[in-house]
Amino acid sequence: MRRVPFERLANPQLLALTGVLLLNWLLFPNFFNVTWQDGRFFGSIIDVLNRGAPVAILAVGMTGVIATKGVDLSVGAIMAVCGAVAATMVVAGYPAPIAVGAALLAGLACGLWNGFLVAVLDIQPIVATLVLMVAGRGIAQLITEGSIVTFNDPVLIFIGTGSFLGFPMAAVIAVALMVSVTLLVRRSAIGLFVQAIGVNRAAAALAGIRSRMLLMLVYGLSGLCAAIAGIVVAADIRGADANNSGLWLELDAILAVVIGGTSLLGGRFSIPMAVVGALIIQAMNTGILVSGFPPEFNLVVKAGMIILILLIQSPYAALPFRRRLVTTSKATAK
Amino acid sequence: MTESQYVLEARGIIKIFGGHIALDAIDFGLRAGEVHALLGENGAGKSTLIKILTGAYQPDGGAVLVDGEPVTLDNPLHAQTHGIGTVYQEVNLLPNRSVAENLYLGHQPTRFGLVDHRQMEADARVLLTRYGLTLDPGSELGSHSVAVQQIVAIARAVALSGKVLILDEPTASLDRNEVERLFEVIGELKRSGLAIIFITHFLDQVFAIADRVTVLRNGQLVETQMLDALSRTDVVRLMLGKDIAFNGSTDLEPESAHREVLLEFSGYGRKGTVSPFDLTIHKGEVIGVAGLLGSGRTELARIMFGADPADQGTLRIEGASEAIRHTTDAIGHRFGFCPEDRKAEGIFGDLSVRENIVIALQGKLGWFRALNRDEQLEIAGKFSESMDIRAASLDMPIKLLSGGNQQKAILSRWLATDPAFLILDEPTRGIDVGAHAEIVRTINRLRDDGMAMLVISSELDEVVAYSSRIVVMRDREMVAELHGKNINPGIIVQAIANHPDEAVS
Repeated sequence: MRRVPFERLANPQLLALTGVLLLNWLLFPNFFNVTWQDGRFFGSIIDVLNRGAPVAILAVGMTGVIATKGVDLSVGAIMAVCGAVAATMVVAGYPAPIAVGAALLAGLACGLWNGFLVAVLDIQPIVATLVLMVAGRGIAQLITEGSIVTFNDPVLIFIGTGSFLGFPMAAVIAVALMVSVTLLVRRSAIGLFVQAIGVNRAAAALAGIRSRMLLMLVYGLSGLCAAIAGIVVAADIRGADANNSGLWLELDAILAVVIGGTSLLGGRFSIPMAVVGALIIQAMNTGILVSGFPPEFNLVVKAGMIILILLIQSPYAALPFRRRLVTTSKATAK
Repeated sequence: MTESQYVLEARGIIKIFGGHIALDAIDFGLRAGEVHALLGENGAGKSTLIKILTGAYQPDGGAVLVDGEPVTLDNPLHAQTHGIGTVYQEVNLLPNRSVAENLYLGHQPTRFGLVDHRQMEADARVLLTRYGLTLDPGSELGSHSVAVQQIVAIARAVALSGKVLILDEPTASLDRNEVERLFEVIGELKRSGLAIIFITHFLDQVFAIADRVTVLRNGQLVETQMLDALSRTDVVRLMLGKDIAFNGSTDLEPESAHREVLLEFSGYGRKGTVSPFDLTIHKGEVIGVAGLLGSGRTELARIMFGADPADQGTLRIEGASEAIRHTTDAIGHRFGFCPEDRKAEGIFGDLSVRENIVIALQGKLGWFRALNRDEQLEIAGKFSESMDIRAASLDMPIKLLSGGNQQKAILSRWLATDPAFLILDEPTRGIDVGAHAEIVRTINRLRDDGMAMLVISSELDEVVAYSSRIVVMRDREMVAELHGKNINPGIIVQAIANHPDEAVS
């Protein structure tokens, strides 16, 4: 592995996360306290990891989509669909692995449908994914027949509430997903191609990159991630709620990606930083809850923090910083 | 006629962008009741001059005079109050509103403070009949043909300004009948005393309608002349600036040097883009492509490369019949293509120089045989050295490099794939002298190494110097294939300009 220089760790995302966590600690001194109980960790910081996992999982898939200059508005609805599929199948008596497999396939199919609309029919991503954003909840309600489907399957419940090496299962899944997708994208040429079509699709076509396949892959992956998030959320509450599962989470996922430094105009992206973005969002939510502010503050404070983070990332704020980088890179080139 | 013979005049206009002189002391005069064609290749300074005359840019030197009075035009709206109106290539109106609304937008007749639709439509009807249009002014503009929309745009511009009308490539998207109809309108306006500037790439149209012509080249004024005094060949020569080279004749590269056939295109073409053509390309030879802008040069390249695949004819590669339906097919057959519009179709601006160089090779290798960072650096380093790419670091975004270095990087991108056939569309346009020389050197070197190339260029001297044959495009058709001795830019210019009703020499 290459060494990660200190300078690369001092990026706006990690600084922002540290800042938010420190602020939480100031407001609620027990924030970093972690206790061991019943074979697992407990504490506010663990709670951030656990609660932030669904958005982090969505952000992994969303990063690829946004890097191609697209957006996927349907992930919240796909969560509801896949949660409903998993729940109704275990209730109908199928073993949990089959139910989970079916839910994952459903999510993949939803994602490929989006990819088909975008890549083959050339519909603008925001409109193409809006179709499933609206229709998805309807489909989920049809699957659950309008009620909240509750279940007691221990395997499925473990996915949402279990623990692995003391860490909450949801967080473990999110980290594993982040690592494997990052490796897949960076060790293959997929990451380079995704950036290329995001930066300049016309040039990519002339350079011999088949953007259709790539777009299908990226939207398919986003659907798959949404399915995983949907299963985690359903397992956590031991039921599939077609109306509320994943509601508005697509917006949090997009926000996480943007906070993570991926431009909505496509191009350079970072999956780990998008996950950090999801943690920043969750740290703010948790911080406001545990510090005893009324929850109504949550949205306002969140908006303020987001403006601050985006300001730090804006090219104007980075100007003095960048000048220094250019001089150092010149120096190394000698 | 008062003190000035010109309605609109530019005196010694200078415009500088950064360190680049876009217009160098241009004089231009427009008389009432004339159609004045403004000609020049891309980058000659036509649009810059127009933008100054319409107030979109401010000149860095010189003066704009209206009726002999110096004026400062702050913006196009301000120019309108001086009687200067412009119609652009793409109709700049609201297709989803009615014809009448488009004509009167911003100065609708009102009654009690509200738009008087009845009055407006009645006015519009009168106005339109003057242009020979009988259509319902209440109908949606978008429901009419582009020609009608174009005429509506002219009617609006004339109604608002009324002294000078600037037509910036108004015919680019019209068919022959529509062009004629537009010309009738322009002729009518001319007779009514309007001064008209007409910009186009089609010489036929210039000769059909213009009275005088001004030619710009590289920001310099070449000539303003009565059109009666000029032949087509003269005009092309003025545009391409080949007067000097007309004396000496340069032989093309001898053809005997290479006999091994690489590509045979026969009846190859694409409907509505390029008429079917036949062309045989040997290993180790450069085919030059000459022709004016809009003659189908770039389209020819895109068809060959599969970017807009051919829909007729056959292609044989080393004797075997092959089909190229997609750029990846072409790349699979070891084709490469450096497009003319470097920024829009060539570079990936935000990606690094390294990534820009390796991307075509990686595209060829596929998703899973990824070049790691060290391999990428080695390939990029090798080419940046042999092509002399000046970049502070191979990891800096390519958009920060100069045009010449970007071009060298794109050339490197293809050389990294070890191509057998390379298509270069205007490889030396808009780049500095040093990079220019480097690219010409590279073309010569690659040819001597046995690579086949097709080079599209307006630099005729240069094309003659490295090509063994030159094909000439005109009106989206391959009209001539020049080979043998005594090929000089003069003969090429003549082939470009030749017209059925003009004597062929």
